[in-house]
Amino acid sequence: MTPVNETGDAAAAGAPDPAVPPRDHDESEAADVPRRKSRRLADSFRTPWTHRLVERAVAAVAWTAIVAIAFIFVFVAREAIPLLYERHEDGSFRLVDLFAPRQWPGYDAPVYVWQPVGTPEKFNVVPLFVGTLKVTVLAMLLSVPLGVGCAMYVSQYASRRVREIVKPVIELLASLPSVVLGFFALIVLASSMQAVFGFRFRLNATVAAVALSLAIVPVVFTVTEDALSSVPRSLHEAAIALGARKYQTTLRVVIPAALPGIAAAIILGFGRAIGETMIVLMASGNAATLAPFDPTTSVRTVTATIAAELGEVARGEPHWRVLFLLGLMLFALTFLLNLAGGLIVRRLHRRLTASAT
Amino acid sequence: MPAKMATRGLSVWYGSKRAIQDVTLDVEENAVTALIGPSGCGKSTFLRTLNRMNDLVEGCRVEGVVTLDGEDVYGRDVDAVAVRRRVGMVFQKSNPFPRSIFENVAFGLRIAGMRDRQTLAARVEESLRDAALWDEVKDRLGDSALALSGGQQQRLCIARALAVRPEVVLMDEPASALDPIATARIEELIRELKRRYTIVIVTHSMQQAARVSDFTAFFYMGELVEYGPTERIFTRPIQKRTEEYITGRFG
Amino acid sequence: MTRTARDRALAAATGLCVALVLGMLLVVVGEIVRHGWPQLSWAFLTDQPTADMTGGGIFPAIYGTVALTLLMTVAVVPMGVATAVWLHEYAGRSSRLAAVVRAAVHNLAGVPSIVFGLFGLGFFVLFLGGSIDDLVYGDPTRPVWGKPGVLWAALTLAVLTLPVVIVTTEEALRAVPRDLREAALGLGATRLQTVVRVVLPNARAGILTGLILAVSRGAGEVAPILFTGAANFLPYLPSDLRDMFMHLGYHVFVLATQSPNVEAARPALYGTVLVLLVLTLSLNVAAVWLRSRYRAALRS
Repeated sequence: MTPVNETGDAAAAGAPDPAVPPRDHDESEAADVPRRKSRRLADSFRTPWTHRLVERAVAAVAWTAIVAIAFIFVFVAREAIPLLYERHEDGSFRLVDLFAPRQWPGYDAPVYVWQPVGTPEKFNVVPLFVGTLKVTVLAMLLSVPLGVGCAMYVSQYASRRVREIVKPVIELLASLPSVVLGFFALIVLASSMQAVFGFRFRLNATVAAVALSLAIVPVVFTVTEDALSSVPRSLHEAAIALGARKYQTTLRVVIPAALPGIAAAIILGFGRAIGETMIVLMASGNAATLAPFDPTTSVRTVTATIAAELGEVARGEPHWRVLFLLGLMLFALTFLLNLAGGLIVRRLHRRLTASAT
Repeated sequence: MPAKMATRGLSVWYGSKRAIQDVTLDVEENAVTALIGPSGCGKSTFLRTLNRMNDLVEGCRVEGVVTLDGEDVYGRDVDAVAVRRRVGMVFQKSNPFPRSIFENVAFGLRIAGMRDRQTLAARVEESLRDAALWDEVKDRLGDSALALSGGQQQRLCIARALAVRPEVVLMDEPASALDPIATARIEELIRELKRRYTIVIVTHSMQQAARVSDFTAFFYMGELVEYGPTERIFTRPIQKRTEEYITGRFG
Repeated sequence: MTRTARDRALAAATGLCVALVLGMLLVVVGEIVRHGWPQLSWAFLTDQPTADMTGGGIFPAIYGTVALTLLMTVAVVPMGVATAVWLHEYAGRSSRLAAVVRAAVHNLAGVPSIVFGLFGLGFFVLFLGGSIDDLVYGDPTRPVWGKPGVLWAALTLAVLTLPVVIVTTEEALRAVPRDLREAALGLGATRLQTVVRVVLPNARAGILTGLILAVSRGAGEVAPILFTGAANFLPYLPSDLRDMFMHLGYHVFVLATQSPNVEAARPALYGTVLVLLVLTLSLNVAAVWLRSRYRAALRS
């Protein structure tokens, strides 16, 4: 913001002004000091055009993030959208088959099948979304209580020293590459879990969900902890002054005040879990079955399908386009979840900081 | 002799709040002008308007005229940087850069494009002598400025401001964070500097204003209540509010 | 249950969560170190893979990962720092555009990594590379730029890590005291001189933190490079921006899922995982340490 100069007239300033407050004058003091030869301000210095150019460039670069989001949408859509208008003369591909069940030759009833290598190719995306949802919900069932529990401990119970160790270590968990967690699930976790629970399939939704929750807990933890810690001290003190015990303060004052933050944590964790690729690709077994309520079957998720199949498809084929369409849907879904989560967090901060003052 | 700096009908807004209201004042050359008044009276805002330090404050709007040697400081083709190179500033809290003493003083010269090492060294020494700091730091110019004491840091900031040879030096409560001994040294320095510089100082201490300044302006609630030679302001104030303030009845 | 007992129960329950999470982290890291450590040797780190990648070393994967993240850094750091500088030093607090940029950064951080892979393929490889080929070579059957390669993979990762650099840098800029900016401006520095000579040097620890976090993230991501440049196996080291490359994370994936003899590949697999883990974790620990240092400086 540059200030507005309403008058902007230098000449007016030189004129004597009757409104000057009363003052006396003493000129003797500085008479012997030579006056510096001063140039006009307007000519003496001007911010070089190179500076303005660099500043323009910096401002232009700031658009990168916006452009990136737009380009992700545009260039994923670019590969997917022709699916909607391209004609498939042999009738092998119909748009409706993406979502609706169809009775394929050799089947007794209409079914939801993802079988891109079968003849004919079957691209029903429902089993993939069911798979994604199944793994995600299972992972959330584990990571929400764990993440919120950790956040409560760190923000309410831990001493300062414990907090300063536990918090970064949990956040360190977020930095484990997902391929490492996928590897761990595939090589170590799957066999030990099968030995304990007697799963029919070594790789299944539950194994993937356990590994996935390791990646989601830090997300839920960080956002929740932030929400719990930003509950103003005055609220704690008000509760304690009324004779509330620590657990009552936590459960009845702090948690309700931070509830939107916890909701945001769950939403953001959900979005992250839906989009996670390498863990589910390696640990879920990748069979596109349709058993929404059986946690012990193998599943094939949206992300794993893209990762596993795109490498072997020729550009422009329906299969290629369907995979990009899956990506587009995934992008739209996570975009909405992140938007909602971010919005809630910002609103919560505004509300809590407003109530603190 | 015309005033070195002058304001005519100066008003400053922060958003919708008017911080300065219709101030008209002349700053005499080679003299110390003190701005006094209770906190929140607008004296610091006024000071920062003189060298356009408020330009970057969001929502700040300036109305009226500020001149330097008769030229409008806020003129359409005047760069704020040009103003600041001739009207230097020393802040309330000493703010040396976390670099060596030498680099602090040389900063303004370097950004103005001075590269020659000998000239730089000469100017740094000169400025440190002017700020009465040379003897204390001449053997450790390479040390971090942050290792200096509070009073030394403030004198370093003064040296840094002097190095670019401004014509006017604005000081915003330069001694408010210092102990009495360091304060006395700063005041002595200010009296010394006025032979070559025009100085405007904001102070919350009336004793300080009386000790160092030639002219005193009393601000209250964003308005200039009274302005005149310091001696007269402190002995024969015309306005009732001035008298009440300097006799300690409020503020 | 008495009230004190309830207090203890809640503390115990939440404490148990912490113990569980830390325990799992310990098991993961412990298991990898236990089996991976015996594999590590100078030869493992510096040799080519042999015998269907079950023997020999993983030097090409290390080399590829380093080349990839270096290229990525060169692209992402100037972009991220410039964006953060604009957001914090130039855009006003009430700027609508800044709010939109922040929202975009936040959302970019949440885009699934596999979608970045699709984007990299669709934009960098097919659109950008394809367009260069059309303009320069004009032979669509023999792509030169329009095929997966280390440059395209690096640029894809640069977009993915952009939010990390922006957010960390902006936090660092926030930690630079206002006083210093005013001191510089008061001495007649232009805004740009203030930013370049005072603000950025004082934020360099934070910028370095952002860089390290971006490198750590970039080194560990596999999904975005699946279609943009990673190779199963290469008989040579990439020497050109258009070459494909081997990658530690992708190597783990290949050894774990595509190896013809999983049992034989297991030692090499553990070794590779350990190298990847040491790389990413040590970078992160360094970043956390660096950040805690300048946060402490900010508080004092």
